Amino acid sequence: MPTVIVDGQEIEIGADERLNCIEAARRAGVEIPHYCWHPGLSVVASCRMCLIQAGSRNAETGEVSMIPKLVPGCQTPVKDGTVIVTDSDLVRDSRARVEEALLIDHPIDCPICDKAGECLLQDYHFEHGQSERRADIHAFTSRRRDVGPTVTLFVDRCIMCTRCVRFTREVSGTAELMVSARGAKEEIDTFPGFPLENKLAGNVVDLCPVGALGDKDFLYQQRVWFLKKSANVCGGCSAGCSIVTEHNQDTVYRLKPRENPHVNKWWICDEGRYGWHHLHDPSRLVEAGRREADGFTAIEWADVVTQLRDDLKAAGRLAVAVSPQLTVEEAWMLCAVARSIDPEAFLAVGHVPTIGDDESFPGGFTIRGEKVPNRIGVETVLGLFGAVAEDGTVPGWNELLEQAQKDDVKAAWVTAGYPTPDGSWCDEQTAAAFDGLDCLVVQDLFDSPLSARAHWRLPAAGFAERAGTWVNCGHHAQSFEQAIRPPAGVWPEGRLFWNMLGRQGLYDPSGVRQQIAENSAAFAALAGDLPATGVDLRLQQLAPN
Amino acid sequence: MTDLQTFQPVLLEAVGVEQGHSLESYRSRGGYAPLEKLLAEKQPPEVVEMVKSSGLRGRGGAGFMTGLKWTFLPKDHPGPIYLCVNADESEPGTFNNRILMEDDPHQILEGTIISAYATRASTAYIYLRYEYPQSWKSLQAAIDEAYAAGYLGQNIKGSGFSLDIYLHRGAAAYICGEETGLIESLEGKRAWPRIKPPFPAIEGAFRKPTVVNNIETMACVAQIARRGVDWFRSIGVPADPNNPRDPGSYGPKLYCLSGHVEKPGCYEAPLGITARELIDGFGGGVWKGLRAKAVIPGGISMGLLSEAELDTPLDFAGPGKAGCLGLGTAAVVVIDETVSIVDFLHNSCRFFAHESCGQCTPCREGTSWSLRMLERIRAGKGRLKDLELLAEIGNTMGMMPGSTICGLADGAAWPIKNAIAKFRDEFEEYIKQSNPTGYMETDPVPALPILSAH
Ligand SMILES: Cc1cc2nc3c(=O)[nH]c(=O)nc-3n(C[C@H](O)[C@H](O)[C@H](O)COP(=O)(O)O)c2cc1C
Ligand code: SF4
Ligand code: SF4
Repeated sequence: MPTVIVDGQEIEIGADERLNCIEAARRAGVEIPHYCWHPGLSVVASCRMCLIQAGSRNAETGEVSMIPKLVPGCQTPVKDGTVIVTDSDLVRDSRARVEEALLIDHPIDCPICDKAGECLLQDYHFEHGQSERRADIHAFTSRRRDVGPTVTLFVDRCIMCTRCVRFTREVSGTAELMVSARGAKEEIDTFPGFPLENKLAGNVVDLCPVGALGDKDFLYQQRVWFLKKSANVCGGCSAGCSIVTEHNQDTVYRLKPRENPHVNKWWICDEGRYGWHHLHDPSRLVEAGRREADGFTAIEWADVVTQLRDDLKAAGRLAVAVSPQLTVEEAWMLCAVARSIDPEAFLAVGHVPTIGDDESFPGGFTIRGEKVPNRIGVETVLGLFGAVAEDGTVPGWNELLEQAQKDDVKAAWVTAGYPTPDGSWCDEQTAAAFDGLDCLVVQDLFDSPLSARAHWRLPAAGFAERAGTWVNCGHHAQSFEQAIRPPAGVWPEGRLFWNMLGRQGLYDPSGVRQQIAENSAAFAALAGDLPATGVDLRLQQLAPN
Repeated sequence: MTDLQTFQPVLLEAVGVEQGHSLESYRSRGGYAPLEKLLAEKQPPEVVEMVKSSGLRGRGGAGFMTGLKWTFLPKDHPGPIYLCVNADESEPGTFNNRILMEDDPHQILEGTIISAYATRASTAYIYLRYEYPQSWKSLQAAIDEAYAAGYLGQNIKGSGFSLDIYLHRGAAAYICGEETGLIESLEGKRAWPRIKPPFPAIEGAFRKPTVVNNIETMACVAQIARRGVDWFRSIGVPADPNNPRDPGSYGPKLYCLSGHVEKPGCYEAPLGITARELIDGFGGGVWKGLRAKAVIPGGISMGLLSEAELDTPLDFAGPGKAGCLGLGTAAVVVIDETVSIVDFLHNSCRFFAHESCGQCTPCREGTSWSLRMLERIRAGKGRLKDLELLAEIGNTMGMMPGSTICGLADGAAWPIKNAIAKFRDEFEEYIKQSNPTGYMETDPVPALPILSAH
């Protein structure tokens, strides 16, 4: 194994790993500060914050010879015997000077800067900078201009790392951003008439190490140190990007990508990024209701648990739409509940909205046309319950609509949870298919033509309000935690199903997951603690037990 | 060392000749015959060997061994390989490329064709700075003539070797002369120098192996082909036998003499002529009977020689021994005793702050910080502390300490550190005189609102 020596500490790296000094040092627990380098972008080695001393140790003599000058850690690959020194006076002085240089023209307006608290310039200055200013004191200027509909630029805060420029050239492939002028007069800008407007634009804000690029959706909404972070998965499409939901007091403020080499690398699309506002839409359903002559009457959840079962049982043959918004655990419990009510219950995957084709970008990122997160997970669950047609396919929404119109089907339970406040996922014509039923249960986030016909109208939980596991279009399963509590009056679906199954105590998603994993080969990979980046269901199935 | 009295200019032999820039005139002086002979008799590796053994070092500033650079190209590369001829000549004080291009463009073309043959390049680009319209005209006319005469194009003189030369006009930026900045600019991008490795010989223009050489280097190649390796090595300063890393300084060199001399101009002399010999022998001495205070040895980037250092030989090794960055472009600028070194340094800092491409933090901010300090000093608000800060910038900014990507920052740093080291008394005196109440201040002071730059 190749050995790298970081500040005297020997670490081993993989035989065919290609690491730079920053990555190798990180393995040794040593952080080499850097601005311009990002693992998802080309190397430019221009910020000069990662300057270190490097050399090599002769394998035979053990003699160390160092390169006489400083080298950028980002641009210097390591190999067997590479010696990295990050704690010498030379390195320390160089970092302090880069920090000093970056602050010469910087407005230092941290108190009114949204980035304060998560700013590399701040962090590095505390750690590597010098406490005294030596350069002249500049008159305060902090200019702001929008570079696109969603992103704004605080021109004077920019440290010219060019991450944002490289992102638009290398990842989104749209190249809207550029550097104008020269020397200390340089600025990030757009070409006249070509604003920063692409489906991945929001990522430049995450990439910006300082407070130069601001997301207009988040700007001045919350101080970042108040935000709690929960590891979630985006429900916007079947790509299932790993995200961090950032929230405070049960309110979401922003979503950010969470690094996942198997799924989304470092990025998310804007549709997903801003796809949380429906959670706090005032028109959300927040009350369980049962139809009476003059509309819905509110009903306690404890009563829902028993009476819903009774109503469905009394109605007769049951058809269930298992929503692809549900987690694997919820889907599995729903199927179990349904079959306990009607052992012959017809199970189908709920509506799968699709908008256009998959859209791929030069950096390898793909936005999926299928706008739900867990179709494959739900299909696999239905397979466990034998809900498979003769041709091997799992019935879907169209088959459910057919069933709903059959004479022998008397009841339907449609789980939905689609993030469309206008309820447009189901039009009148489709909803009319359910007209002849004795009992229609609709569980959704918002009213729709379907809920208007329901006998039972139950509120659903949003993506950040549930915990569980989703399986993306590539059969990659990720478990995630619940970020916020749903609005008062709302039980996440899992809680209802758990109670309807008569289970004791609080709903325990990971307990359910273990149970599913133990009882099915298709989900065997879900056993035990899952890595934050998830597991591939198919790969694990091939591995011997 | 060649005798100055008997030295005959060859690079400049067309200067003053009626229609000297024409193909006919060039041929009458023996031009292009060496090319034809070489194409008929020598294989490319032999030409590389010829240039290598001549000891020719690049005339663009860095003085890298030309033949050696060519050997860095990958062997048996399927092509294309590109040759870029650097005519961006923007180092302050430098104008020898211009004289060659205007007065003897065929000498450059012959050298370029030979170099392309040696490096197996079938396309050559001449990257010309925008501000040289006359060079553009005369080079383009020469290229047209050469095509018509069969020295360019397909199957040159039946040799099977083909070459196209494109004259590319830049848009005027100093950084376009840095070889990888030049390549980026040639590709149609912002001239931000690339990080190395990979070096251009491995991955250059359009991601293909590329050689970048200066205009004067091309002229030297033509002369080596015409007059032979022994002739070339008979001129200049031989390698120092006690220093195995010194490749010597062979051949004639075009010195650009300007500033406060009686007869400024471009003079051809053997490498190794001293600054004093150049100023007195060619330039008729410092003007108006004044003394020199300082002399820029090879373009402003190279720093300063003091009057006491004027006997420094201007070969590739000489200026370095006097604390300068190197020979650079051999542009010698004389600064007479009436000039304030503070003004000189201000001017130098202004140039580099304006020309820094802005990529590397230490260069982008260091050049502008040093300019701001010089602005303040000249406005009568200087502090002794500024001299320490300037010296620190001078010592820490550049490729040599490792803090930048390209050599522009070293070029910006050297005048600062030479000026402060060699003329510290003058700076201190200036500051004390102009700011009697504030010169001891060490706390940060308000920045002046207006910059003279940009
Ligand atoms: C900031 C900067 C500017 C430069 N400008 C020029 C120039 O204008 N012309 C030139 O020939 N070389 C210039 N050079 C040197 C080139 O990078 C390169 O070394 C040279 O063109 C190689 O040619 P040579 O080997 O024939 O000298 C410059 C270098 C730097 C760092
Ligand atoms: S705006 Fe931000 S990401 Fe873009 S160059 Fe400036 S500091 Fe870097
Ligand atoms: S040293 Fe200066 S000119 Fe050269 S690449 Fe860096 S910033 Fe640009």
